[in-house]
Amino acid sequence: MLAIVVLLVIWWVAYWLKLQPPHLLPSPLDVWGTFTKLLTNGAVWEAVTKSLQRAFLGFAISVVLGTLLGLALAQFTLFRRAFGPLITGLQILPSIAWVPAAILWFSISTEAMLFVVILGATPSIANGLASGIAQMPSIYPRVGKMLGATGFDAIRFVILPAALPGYIAGLRQGWAFAWRSLMAAELIAYAPALGIGLGQVLQQGRELVDMPMVMTAIILILFVGILVELCIFAPLERYVLKQRGLAGAKR
Amino acid sequence: MSESTIVPDSSPRAVAERSGLHVPESLIDAATAVSINRVSKSFGNDLNPDGSLRAPVLKEISLDVRQGEFVCLLGASGCGKSTLLNLIAGLDSPTQGTIETPGGRTALMFQESALFPWLTAGDNIKLALRLADVPKAEWNDEIERLLELVHLGGQGSKRIHELSGGMRQRVALARALAQRSKILLMDEPFAALDAITRDVLHEELSRIWQEQDLTIIFVTHNVREAVRLGQRVMLMSSRPGTFVRQWDVDVTGERRIEAPEIAALASEITTDLRREIRRHAK
Repeated sequence: MLAIVVLLVIWWVAYWLKLQPPHLLPSPLDVWGTFTKLLTNGAVWEAVTKSLQRAFLGFAISVVLGTLLGLALAQFTLFRRAFGPLITGLQILPSIAWVPAAILWFSISTEAMLFVVILGATPSIANGLASGIAQMPSIYPRVGKMLGATGFDAIRFVILPAALPGYIAGLRQGWAFAWRSLMAAELIAYAPALGIGLGQVLQQGRELVDMPMVMTAIILILFVGILVELCIFAPLERYVLKQRGLAGAKR
Repeated sequence: MSESTIVPDSSPRAVAERSGLHVPESLIDAATAVSINRVSKSFGNDLNPDGSLRAPVLKEISLDVRQGEFVCLLGASGCGKSTLLNLIAGLDSPTQGTIETPGGRTALMFQESALFPWLTAGDNIKLALRLADVPKAEWNDEIERLLELVHLGGQGSKRIHELSGGMRQRVALARALAQRSKILLMDEPFAALDAITRDVLHEELSRIWQEQDLTIIFVTHNVREAVRLGQRVMLMSSRPGTFVRQWDVDVTGERRIEAPEIAALASEITTDLRREIRRHAK
Protein backbone atom coordinates (compact mmCIF):
# COMPACT_ATOMS: atom_id res chain seq x y z
CA MET A 1 0.00 0.00 0.00
CA LEU A 2 2.78 2.38 1.02
CA ALA A 3 4.66 1.45 -2.14
CA ILE A 4 1.71 2.58 -4.26
CA VAL A 5 1.55 5.93 -2.44
CA VAL A 6 5.30 6.47 -2.92
CA LEU A 7 4.97 5.60 -6.61
CA LEU A 8 2.07 8.06 -7.02
CA VAL A 9 4.07 10.79 -5.32
CA ILE A 10 7.07 10.22 -7.62
CA TRP A 11 4.72 10.29 -10.60
CA TRP A 12 3.19 13.54 -9.43
CA VAL A 13 6.59 15.15 -8.85
CA ALA A 14 7.74 14.07 -12.32
CA TYR A 15 4.57 15.55 -13.81
CA TRP A 16 4.99 18.76 -11.82
CA LEU A 17 8.66 19.13 -12.92
CA LYS A 18 7.49 18.70 -16.54
CA LEU A 19 10.07 16.02 -17.31
CA GLN A 20 7.94 15.21 -20.34
CA PRO A 21 5.29 17.31 -22.05
CA PRO A 22 1.89 16.82 -20.36
CA HIS A 23 0.42 14.82 -23.24
CA LEU A 24 3.23 12.28 -22.82
CA LEU A 25 3.31 12.32 -19.02
CA PRO A 26 -0.22 13.05 -17.83
CA SER A 27 -0.97 13.67 -14.20
CA PRO A 28 -2.29 10.76 -12.13
CA LEU A 29 -5.59 12.62 -11.97
CA ASP A 30 -5.91 12.70 -15.79
CA VAL A 31 -5.18 8.97 -15.93
CA TRP A 32 -7.71 8.33 -13.18
CA GLY A 33 -10.27 10.27 -15.22
CA THR A 34 -9.59 8.19 -18.33
CA PHE A 35 -9.45 5.05 -16.23
CA THR A 36 -12.90 5.55 -14.71
CA LYS A 37 -14.28 6.71 -18.06
CA LEU A 38 -12.96 3.61 -19.81
CA LEU A 39 -14.17 1.33 -17.06
CA THR A 40 -17.72 2.60 -17.37
CA ASN A 41 -17.45 2.11 -21.11
CA GLY A 42 -18.07 -1.50 -22.05
CA ALA A 43 -15.22 -1.63 -24.57
CA VAL A 44 -12.55 -2.08 -21.92
CA TRP A 45 -14.40 -4.96 -20.29
CA GLU A 46 -14.66 -6.56 -23.68
CA ALA A 47 -10.88 -6.22 -24.05
CA VAL A 48 -10.31 -7.71 -20.58
CA THR A 49 -12.66 -10.61 -21.35
CA LYS A 50 -11.06 -11.19 -24.75
CA SER A 51 -7.54 -11.25 -23.31
CA LEU A 52 -8.56 -13.50 -20.43
CA GLN A 53 -10.24 -15.91 -22.85
CA ARG A 54 -7.08 -16.13 -24.94
CA ALA A 55 -4.86 -16.43 -21.89
CA PHE A 56 -6.99 -19.16 -20.29
CA LEU A 57 -7.24 -21.13 -23.52
CA GLY A 58 -3.49 -20.91 -24.11
CA PHE A 59 -2.82 -21.68 -20.46
CA ALA A 60 -5.13 -24.72 -20.52
CA ILE A 61 -3.32 -26.13 -23.56
CA SER A 62 -0.01 -25.39 -21.81
CA VAL A 63 -1.17 -27.27 -18.71
CA VAL A 64 -1.90 -30.38 -20.76
CA LEU A 65 1.36 -30.17 -22.72
CA GLY A 66 3.44 -29.12 -19.71
CA THR A 67 2.03 -31.95 -17.57
CA LEU A 68 2.80 -34.59 -20.19
CA LEU A 69 6.24 -33.10 -20.75
CA GLY A 70 6.93 -32.86 -17.01
CA LEU A 71 5.93 -36.48 -16.45
CA ALA A 72 8.15 -37.56 -19.34
CA LEU A 73 11.05 -35.52 -17.95
CA ALA A 74 10.64 -37.13 -14.55
CA GLN A 75 10.09 -40.71 -15.70
CA PHE A 76 12.55 -41.15 -18.56
CA THR A 77 16.19 -40.44 -17.80
CA LEU A 78 17.18 -40.43 -21.45
CA PHE A 79 14.44 -37.93 -22.32
CA ARG A 80 15.49 -35.75 -19.40
CA ARG A 81 19.13 -35.77 -20.46
CA ALA A 82 18.23 -34.93 -24.04
CA PHE A 83 15.48 -32.36 -23.56
CA GLY A 84 15.84 -31.09 -19.98
CA PRO A 85 18.38 -28.36 -20.79
CA LEU A 86 16.43 -27.39 -23.90
CA ILE A 87 13.21 -26.92 -21.95
CA THR A 88 14.99 -24.91 -19.27
CA GLY A 89 16.52 -22.85 -22.08
CA LEU A 90 13.07 -22.18 -23.54
CA GLN A 91 12.02 -20.95 -20.13
CA ILE A 92 14.76 -18.31 -20.29
CA LEU A 93 14.03 -17.26 -23.86
CA PRO A 94 11.61 -14.28 -23.79
CA SER A 95 8.54 -15.57 -25.57
CA ILE A 96 8.19 -12.27 -27.44
CA ALA A 97 11.05 -13.61 -29.55
CA TRP A 98 8.54 -16.10 -30.94
CA VAL A 99 6.09 -13.42 -32.10
CA PRO A 100 7.68 -12.78 -35.52
CA ALA A 101 7.98 -16.50 -36.16
CA ALA A 102 4.40 -17.08 -35.04
CA ILE A 103 3.15 -14.35 -37.38
CA LEU A 104 5.07 -15.80 -40.29
CA TRP A 105 3.74 -19.30 -39.60
CA PHE A 106 0.18 -18.53 -38.58
CA SER A 107 -0.18 -14.97 -39.99
CA ILE A 108 -1.83 -12.47 -37.69
CA SER A 109 -4.34 -14.79 -36.06
CA THR A 110 -5.55 -16.14 -32.76
CA GLU A 111 -3.43 -19.23 -33.41
CA ALA A 112 -0.30 -17.08 -33.56
CA MET A 113 -1.11 -15.53 -30.19
CA LEU A 114 -1.89 -18.91 -28.63
CA PHE A 115 1.35 -20.31 -30.04
CA VAL A 116 3.34 -17.63 -28.25
CA VAL A 117 1.40 -18.14 -25.01
CA ILE A 118 1.93 -21.90 -25.12
CA LEU A 119 5.65 -21.58 -25.76
CA GLY A 120 5.84 -19.11 -22.89
CA ALA A 121 3.95 -21.14 -20.31
CA THR A 122 4.64 -24.80 -21.11
CA PRO A 123 8.33 -24.97 -20.06
CA SER A 124 7.59 -23.52 -16.60
CA ILE A 125 4.78 -25.98 -16.00
CA ALA A 126 6.87 -28.92 -17.21
CA ASN A 127 9.85 -27.94 -15.09
CA GLY A 128 7.70 -27.27 -12.03
CA LEU A 129 6.12 -30.71 -12.24
CA ALA A 130 9.44 -32.44 -12.96
CA SER A 131 11.12 -30.80 -9.97
CA GLY A 132 8.08 -31.56 -7.82
CA ILE A 133 8.46 -35.22 -8.72
CA ALA A 134 12.23 -35.13 -8.19
CA GLN A 135 11.73 -33.71 -4.69
CA MET A 136 9.11 -36.25 -3.69
CA PRO A 137 10.30 -38.52 -0.84
CA SER A 138 11.36 -41.81 -2.43
CA ILE A 139 9.13 -43.77 -0.09
CA TYR A 140 5.91 -42.61 -1.79
CA PRO A 141 6.40 -44.45 -5.07
CA ARG A 142 7.42 -47.55 -3.11
CA VAL A 143 4.28 -47.33 -1.00
CA GLY A 144 2.27 -46.84 -4.17
CA LYS A 145 3.80 -49.93 -5.71
CA MET A 146 3.13 -51.84 -2.49
CA LEU A 147 -0.52 -50.83 -2.57
CA GLY A 148 -0.76 -52.02 -6.14
CA ALA A 149 -0.69 -48.68 -7.97
CA THR A 150 1.01 -49.23 -11.29
CA GLY A 151 1.12 -47.25 -14.53
CA PHE A 152 -1.65 -44.68 -14.77
CA ASP A 153 -2.87 -45.41 -11.22
CA ALA A 154 0.60 -44.62 -9.87
CA ILE A 155 0.61 -41.26 -11.67
CA ARG A 156 -2.92 -40.40 -10.64
CA PHE A 157 -2.91 -41.53 -7.01
CA VAL A 158 0.72 -41.12 -6.00
CA ILE A 159 3.03 -39.15 -8.28
CA LEU A 160 0.81 -36.18 -9.19
CA PRO A 161 -0.52 -35.61 -5.67
CA ALA A 162 2.94 -36.03 -4.16
CA ALA A 163 4.40 -33.52 -6.62
CA LEU A 164 1.51 -31.09 -6.21
CA PRO A 165 3.38 -28.32 -4.35
CA GLY A 166 6.06 -28.12 -7.07
CA TYR A 167 3.42 -28.52 -9.76
CA ILE A 168 1.40 -25.60 -8.43
CA ALA A 169 4.53 -23.44 -8.24
CA GLY A 170 5.09 -24.32 -11.91
CA LEU A 171 1.47 -23.50 -12.80
CA ARG A 172 1.75 -20.19 -11.04
CA GLN A 173 4.89 -19.26 -12.92
CA GLY A 174 3.35 -20.64 -16.10
CA TRP A 175 0.37 -18.32 -15.66
CA ALA A 176 2.66 -15.30 -15.26
CA PHE A 177 4.51 -16.29 -18.44
CA ALA A 178 1.26 -16.95 -20.30
CA TRP A 179 -0.12 -13.53 -19.42
CA ARG A 180 3.11 -11.73 -20.32
CA SER A 181 3.46 -13.62 -23.58
CA LEU A 182 -0.12 -12.85 -24.52
CA MET A 183 0.38 -9.12 -23.97
CA ALA A 184 3.51 -9.18 -26.13
CA ALA A 185 1.65 -11.09 -28.83
CA GLU A 186 -1.42 -8.84 -28.70
CA LEU A 187 0.73 -5.77 -28.96
CA ILE A 188 2.25 -6.95 -32.21
CA ALA A 189 -0.42 -9.18 -33.72
CA TYR A 190 -2.86 -6.33 -34.01
CA ALA A 191 -5.87 -6.89 -36.23
CA PRO A 192 -9.24 -5.44 -35.21
CA ALA A 193 -11.05 -8.37 -36.86
CA LEU A 194 -9.59 -10.71 -34.25
CA GLY A 195 -11.16 -8.78 -31.42
CA ILE A 196 -9.49 -6.23 -29.21
CA GLY A 197 -7.54 -7.46 -26.20
CA LEU A 198 -5.75 -5.43 -23.56
CA GLY A 199 -2.49 -5.51 -25.51
CA GLN A 200 -4.32 -4.06 -28.48
CA VAL A 201 -5.83 -1.32 -26.30
CA LEU A 202 -2.24 -0.48 -25.37
CA GLN A 203 -1.27 -0.39 -29.04
CA GLN A 204 -4.28 1.83 -29.88
CA GLY A 205 -3.22 4.21 -27.16
CA ARG A 206 0.24 4.42 -28.66
CA GLU A 207 -1.10 5.09 -32.14
CA LEU A 208 -3.45 7.80 -30.89
CA VAL A 209 -0.71 9.22 -28.65
CA ASP A 210 -3.28 8.90 -25.88
CA MET A 211 -1.07 8.52 -22.85
CA PRO A 212 -3.89 8.20 -20.27
CA MET A 213 -5.22 5.29 -22.35
CA VAL A 214 -1.76 3.65 -22.42
CA MET A 215 -1.43 4.06 -18.66
CA THR A 216 -4.92 2.68 -18.12
CA ALA A 217 -4.10 -0.36 -20.23
CA ILE A 218 -0.88 -0.95 -18.29
CA ILE A 219 -2.71 -0.73 -14.99
CA LEU A 220 -5.41 -3.11 -16.19
CA ILE A 221 -2.86 -5.63 -17.48
CA LEU A 222 -1.12 -5.57 -14.11
CA PHE A 223 -4.39 -5.68 -12.23
CA VAL A 224 -5.84 -8.64 -14.13
CA GLY A 225 -2.59 -10.62 -13.83
CA ILE A 226 -2.43 -10.03 -10.08
CA LEU A 227 -6.13 -10.76 -9.64
CA VAL A 228 -5.83 -14.19 -11.25
CA GLU A 229 -2.79 -14.91 -9.11
CA LEU A 230 -4.56 -13.80 -5.92
CA CYS A 231 -7.90 -15.42 -6.65
CA ILE A 232 -6.72 -18.74 -8.06
CA PHE A 233 -3.11 -19.68 -7.44
CA ALA A 234 -2.45 -18.21 -4.01
CA PRO A 235 -5.48 -19.87 -2.36
CA LEU A 236 -4.75 -23.12 -4.19
CA GLU A 237 -1.18 -23.19 -2.92
CA ARG A 238 -2.26 -22.25 0.59
CA TYR A 239 -4.84 -25.02 0.61
CA VAL A 240 -2.38 -27.66 -0.59
CA LEU A 241 0.28 -26.69 1.93
CA LYS A 242 -2.18 -26.47 4.77
CA GLN A 243 -3.66 -29.84 3.92
CA ARG A 244 -0.20 -31.36 4.34
CA GLY A 245 0.59 -29.42 7.49
CA LEU A 246 3.41 -27.62 5.70
CA ALA A 247 2.42 -24.03 6.34
CA GLY A 248 0.76 -21.89 8.94
CA ALA A 249 -2.76 -20.86 8.05
CA LYS A 250 -1.65 -17.32 7.29
CA ARG A 251 1.45 -15.81 5.87
CA MET B 1 24.34 -73.35 23.97
CA SER B 2 25.11 -74.46 20.47
CA GLU B 3 27.61 -72.66 18.30
CA SER B 4 26.10 -70.32 15.73
CA THR B 5 24.91 -72.30 12.79
CA ILE B 6 23.85 -71.23 9.35
CA VAL B 7 20.44 -72.62 8.63
CA PRO B 8 20.32 -74.04 5.12
CA ASP B 9 16.90 -75.61 5.38
CA SER B 10 14.57 -73.88 7.74
CA SER B 11 11.38 -75.71 6.90
CA PRO B 12 9.63 -76.41 10.18
CA ARG B 13 10.11 -80.15 9.86
CA ALA B 14 13.83 -79.90 9.11
CA VAL B 15 14.32 -77.46 11.93
CA ALA B 16 12.39 -79.64 14.31
CA GLU B 17 14.40 -82.71 13.40
CA ARG B 18 17.74 -80.96 13.53
CA SER B 19 17.19 -79.06 16.74
CA GLY B 20 15.25 -81.69 18.57
CA LEU B 21 13.08 -78.85 19.81
CA HIS B 22 9.46 -79.47 20.45
CA VAL B 23 7.47 -78.08 17.56
CA PRO B 24 3.76 -78.83 17.57
CA GLU B 25 2.72 -81.17 14.77
CA SER B 26 -0.02 -78.75 13.77
CA LEU B 27 2.58 -76.11 12.98
CA ILE B 28 4.71 -78.52 10.98
CA ASP B 29 1.74 -79.39 8.85
CA ALA B 30 0.65 -75.81 8.36
CA ALA B 31 0.92 -74.70 4.78
CA THR B 32 3.86 -72.57 3.76
CA ALA B 33 3.06 -68.88 3.39
CA VAL B 34 6.47 -67.63 2.29
CA SER B 35 9.27 -69.73 0.90
CA ILE B 36 12.69 -68.17 0.44
CA ASN B 37 15.14 -70.38 -1.36
CA ARG B 38 18.90 -69.63 -1.40
CA VAL B 39 18.38 -65.95 -2.07
CA SER B 40 21.35 -63.65 -2.60
CA LYS B 41 21.21 -59.99 -3.34
CA SER B 42 23.87 -57.58 -4.39
CA PHE B 43 23.44 -54.04 -5.60
CA GLY B 44 25.56 -53.51 -8.63
CA ASN B 45 26.49 -56.66 -10.46
CA ASP B 46 30.05 -57.42 -9.45
CA LEU B 47 30.89 -61.06 -9.97
CA ASN B 48 33.95 -62.91 -8.79
CA PRO B 49 35.81 -64.95 -11.44
CA ASP B 50 34.03 -68.09 -10.24
CA GLY B 51 30.65 -66.48 -10.89
CA SER B 52 29.74 -65.86 -7.26
CA LEU B 53 28.61 -62.44 -6.13
CA ARG B 54 31.11 -59.95 -4.85
CA ALA B 55 30.14 -58.24 -1.59
CA PRO B 56 26.51 -59.37 -1.52
CA VAL B 57 24.10 -57.74 0.91
CA LEU B 58 22.34 -61.06 1.39
CA LYS B 59 23.95 -64.42 0.86
CA GLU B 60 22.09 -67.67 0.27
CA ILE B 61 19.22 -66.96 2.59
CA SER B 62 16.65 -69.69 3.00
CA LEU B 63 13.53 -69.41 5.12
CA ASP B 64 10.14 -71.03 5.17
CA VAL B 65 7.38 -69.26 6.99
CA ARG B 66 4.24 -71.20 7.86
CA GLN B 67 0.81 -69.77 7.47
CA GLY B 68 -0.22 -67.99 10.63
CA GLU B 69 3.32 -67.79 11.93
CA PHE B 70 4.89 -64.71 13.49
CA VAL B 71 8.58 -64.55 12.58
CA CYS B 72 10.94 -61.82 13.72
CA LEU B 73 14.07 -61.06 11.74
CA LEU B 74 16.58 -59.62 14.16
CA GLY B 75 19.87 -57.98 13.31
CA ALA B 76 22.02 -54.90 13.61
CA SER B 77 21.46 -51.93 11.31
CA GLY B 78 22.71 -52.56 7.82
CA CYS B 79 22.55 -56.34 7.99
CA GLY B 80 20.15 -56.53 5.09
CA LYS B 81 16.93 -57.28 6.94
CA SER B 82 15.04 -54.49 5.21
CA THR B 83 16.49 -55.59 1.88
CA LEU B 84 15.16 -59.08 2.50
CA LEU B 85 11.74 -57.69 3.37
CA ASN B 86 11.69 -55.63 0.17
CA LEU B 87 12.51 -58.75 -1.79
CA ILE B 88 9.66 -60.65 -0.17
CA ALA B 89 7.36 -57.72 -0.87
CA GLY B 90 8.38 -57.80 -4.51
CA LEU B 91 9.64 -54.21 -4.47
CA ASP B 92 13.00 -55.51 -5.62
CA SER B 93 14.10 -58.81 -7.10
CA PRO B 94 16.80 -61.17 -5.81
CA THR B 95 20.08 -61.45 -7.69
CA GLN B 96 20.07 -65.20 -7.16
CA GLY B 97 17.58 -67.65 -5.70
CA THR B 98 13.80 -67.59 -5.59
CA ILE B 99 11.07 -66.29 -3.34
CA GLU B 100 7.60 -67.75 -3.45
CA THR B 101 4.55 -66.63 -1.54
CA PRO B 102 2.01 -69.45 -1.73
CA GLY B 103 0.16 -67.58 1.02
CA GLY B 104 -0.88 -64.94 -1.50
CA ARG B 105 -0.14 -61.25 -1.84
CA THR B 106 1.97 -59.48 0.74
CA ALA B 107 1.41 -56.14 2.43
CA LEU B 108 4.37 -54.12 3.66
CA MET B 109 4.36 -51.62 6.50
CA PHE B 110 7.27 -49.20 6.64
CA GLN B 111 9.20 -47.76 9.56
CA GLU B 112 8.71 -44.11 8.82
CA SER B 113 5.30 -42.73 8.43
CA ALA B 114 4.60 -43.71 4.87
CA LEU B 115 1.06 -42.41 4.88
CA PHE B 116 0.20 -40.00 2.09
CA PRO B 117 0.00 -36.54 3.66
CA TRP B 118 -2.38 -35.22 1.01
CA LEU B 119 -5.07 -37.67 2.13
CA THR B 120 -6.92 -37.97 5.42
CA ALA B 121 -6.40 -41.08 7.55
CA GLY B 122 -9.59 -42.59 6.17
CA ASP B 123 -8.71 -41.73 2.58
CA ASN B 124 -5.32 -43.41 2.94
CA ILE B 125 -7.18 -46.58 3.84
CA LYS B 126 -9.70 -45.98 1.07
CA LEU B 127 -6.93 -45.77 -1.51
CA ALA B 128 -5.61 -49.16 -0.39
CA LEU B 129 -9.12 -50.65 -0.65
CA ARG B 130 -9.61 -49.13 -4.08
CA LEU B 131 -6.29 -50.40 -5.38
CA ALA B 132 -7.07 -53.83 -3.91
CA ASP B 133 -10.24 -53.85 -6.07
CA VAL B 134 -12.60 -53.89 -3.11
CA PRO B 135 -16.11 -52.95 -4.35
CA LYS B 136 -16.90 -49.29 -3.79
CA ALA B 137 -20.04 -50.04 -1.79
CA GLU B 138 -17.93 -51.65 0.94
CA TRP B 139 -15.37 -48.87 1.32
CA ASN B 140 -17.00 -46.81 4.07
CA ASP B 141 -17.92 -49.76 6.29
CA GLU B 142 -14.52 -51.29 5.75
CA ILE B 143 -12.67 -48.06 6.64
CA GLU B 144 -14.63 -47.78 9.86
CA ARG B 145 -14.07 -51.46 10.68
CA LEU B 146 -10.31 -51.16 10.14
CA LEU B 147 -10.10 -47.95 12.15
CA GLU B 148 -12.01 -49.65 14.98
CA LEU B 149 -9.60 -52.57 14.76
CA VAL B 150 -6.62 -50.30 15.43
CA HIS B 151 -8.66 -48.34 18.03
CA LEU B 152 -9.00 -45.20 15.95
CA GLY B 153 -12.76 -45.41 15.41
CA GLY B 154 -14.26 -42.16 14.15
CA GLN B 155 -10.89 -40.55 13.45
CA GLY B 156 -10.95 -41.15 9.71
CA SER B 157 -11.31 -37.49 8.80
CA LYS B 158 -8.09 -36.49 10.59
CA ARG B 159 -5.20 -35.18 8.54
CA ILE B 160 -1.96 -37.13 8.85
CA HIS B 161 -0.08 -34.19 10.38
CA GLU B 162 -2.71 -33.96 13.07
CA LEU B 163 -1.95 -37.48 14.31
CA SER B 164 0.72 -38.54 16.81
CA GLY B 165 3.47 -40.96 15.78
CA GLY B 166 1.67 -43.87 17.39
CA MET B 167 -1.63 -43.00 15.73
CA ARG B 168 0.07 -42.72 12.36
CA GLN B 169 1.47 -46.21 12.68
CA ARG B 170 -1.99 -47.46 13.65
CA VAL B 171 -3.37 -45.92 10.47
CA ALA B 172 -0.48 -47.44 8.51
CA LEU B 173 -1.35 -50.83 10.02
CA ALA B 174 -5.00 -50.36 9.09
CA ARG B 175 -3.96 -49.43 5.56
CA ALA B 176 -1.76 -52.52 5.30
CA LEU B 177 -4.69 -54.66 6.49
CA ALA B 178 -6.93 -52.98 3.92
CA GLN B 179 -4.89 -54.63 1.21
CA ARG B 180 -6.59 -57.87 2.19
CA SER B 181 -3.44 -59.91 2.12
CA LYS B 182 -2.84 -62.49 4.78
CA ILE B 183 0.91 -61.94 4.83
CA LEU B 184 2.02 -58.81 6.60
CA LEU B 185 5.63 -57.66 6.31
CA MET B 186 6.68 -55.08 8.87
CA ASP B 187 9.89 -53.09 8.60
CA GLU B 188 10.68 -51.77 12.09
CA PRO B 189 7.23 -50.20 12.24
CA PHE B 190 7.49 -49.10 15.86
CA ALA B 191 11.16 -48.07 15.96
CA ALA B 192 10.46 -44.36 16.03
CA LEU B 193 7.89 -44.56 18.84
CA ASP B 194 8.35 -43.99 22.56
CA ALA B 195 8.54 -47.09 24.78
CA ILE B 196 5.04 -46.85 26.22
CA THR B 197 3.32 -46.33 22.87
CA ARG B 198 5.37 -49.17 21.44
CA ASP B 199 4.31 -51.46 24.26
CA VAL B 200 0.64 -50.70 23.64
CA LEU B 201 1.05 -51.32 19.94
CA HIS B 202 2.81 -54.62 20.61
CA GLU B 203 -0.23 -55.81 22.49
CA GLU B 204 -2.54 -54.70 19.74
CA LEU B 205 -0.45 -56.20 17.00
CA SER B 206 -0.47 -59.55 18.85
CA ARG B 207 -4.24 -59.35 19.20
CA ILE B 208 -4.76 -58.42 15.55
CA TRP B 209 -2.38 -61.15 14.41
CA GLN B 210 -4.49 -63.76 16.19
CA GLU B 211 -7.88 -62.28 15.33
CA GLN B 212 -7.11 -61.79 11.65
CA ASP B 213 -5.21 -65.05 11.23
CA LEU B 214 -2.21 -63.28 9.71
CA THR B 215 1.26 -64.43 8.83
CA ILE B 216 3.71 -61.78 9.98
CA ILE B 217 7.37 -61.26 9.17
CA PHE B 218 8.59 -58.53 11.46
CA VAL B 219 11.99 -56.88 11.07
CA THR B 220 13.58 -55.27 14.12
CA HIS B 221 16.91 -54.52 15.77
CA ASN B 222 15.28 -54.62 19.17
CA VAL B 223 15.73 -57.97 20.95
CA ARG B 224 12.99 -57.37 23.48
CA GLU B 225 10.58 -56.50 20.71
CA ALA B 226 11.49 -59.64 18.79
CA VAL B 227 11.01 -61.86 21.83
CA ARG B 228 7.86 -60.07 22.87
CA LEU B 229 6.19 -60.61 19.51
CA GLY B 230 7.70 -63.50 17.58
CA GLN B 231 7.06 -67.21 17.70
CA ARG B 232 10.36 -67.60 15.98
CA VAL B 233 13.31 -65.21 16.09
CA MET B 234 15.88 -65.36 13.31
CA LEU B 235 19.20 -63.69 14.07
CA MET B 236 20.96 -62.20 11.06
CA SER B 237 24.63 -61.38 10.69
CA SER B 238 25.92 -58.55 8.53
CA ARG B 239 28.03 -58.42 5.38
CA PRO B 240 26.85 -60.68 3.95
CA GLY B 241 23.45 -60.99 5.57
CA THR B 242 22.71 -64.57 6.54
CA PHE B 243 20.84 -66.29 9.33
CA VAL B 244 23.17 -67.37 12.09
CA ARG B 245 20.75 -68.74 14.66
CA GLN B 246 17.12 -69.11 15.38
CA TRP B 247 15.05 -69.45 18.50
CA ASP B 248 11.53 -70.67 18.98
CA VAL B 249 9.79 -68.59 21.56
CA ASP B 250 7.76 -71.36 23.09
CA VAL B 251 5.77 -69.32 25.51
CA THR B 252 2.05 -69.52 25.80
CA GLY B 253 -0.16 -67.04 27.56
CA GLU B 254 0.98 -63.70 28.85
CA ARG B 255 4.07 -62.56 27.03
CA ARG B 256 5.01 -59.54 29.02
CA ILE B 257 8.61 -58.52 28.72
CA GLU B 258 8.89 -58.91 32.52
CA ALA B 259 8.13 -62.65 32.42
CA PRO B 260 11.24 -64.56 33.57
CA GLU B 261 11.51 -66.93 30.61
CA ILE B 262 11.11 -64.04 28.18
CA ALA B 263 13.77 -62.05 30.00
CA ALA B 264 16.15 -65.04 30.01
CA LEU B 265 15.67 -65.64 26.30
CA ALA B 266 16.11 -61.94 25.57
CA SER B 267 19.41 -61.83 27.39
CA GLU B 268 20.61 -64.98 25.60
CA ILE B 269 19.74 -63.47 22.21
CA THR B 270 21.30 -60.16 23.17
CA THR B 271 24.59 -61.93 23.91
CA ASP B 272 24.56 -63.44 20.44
CA LEU B 273 23.58 -60.20 18.78
CA ARG B 274 26.41 -58.40 20.56
CA ARG B 275 28.86 -61.03 19.39
CA GLU B 276 27.66 -60.53 15.82
CA ILE B 277 28.02 -56.78 16.04
CA ARG B 278 31.51 -57.07 17.57
CA ARG B 279 32.58 -59.51 14.92
CA HIS B 280 31.74 -56.97 12.21
CA ALA B 281 33.13 -53.98 14.03
CA LYS B 282 36.64 -55.38 13.66
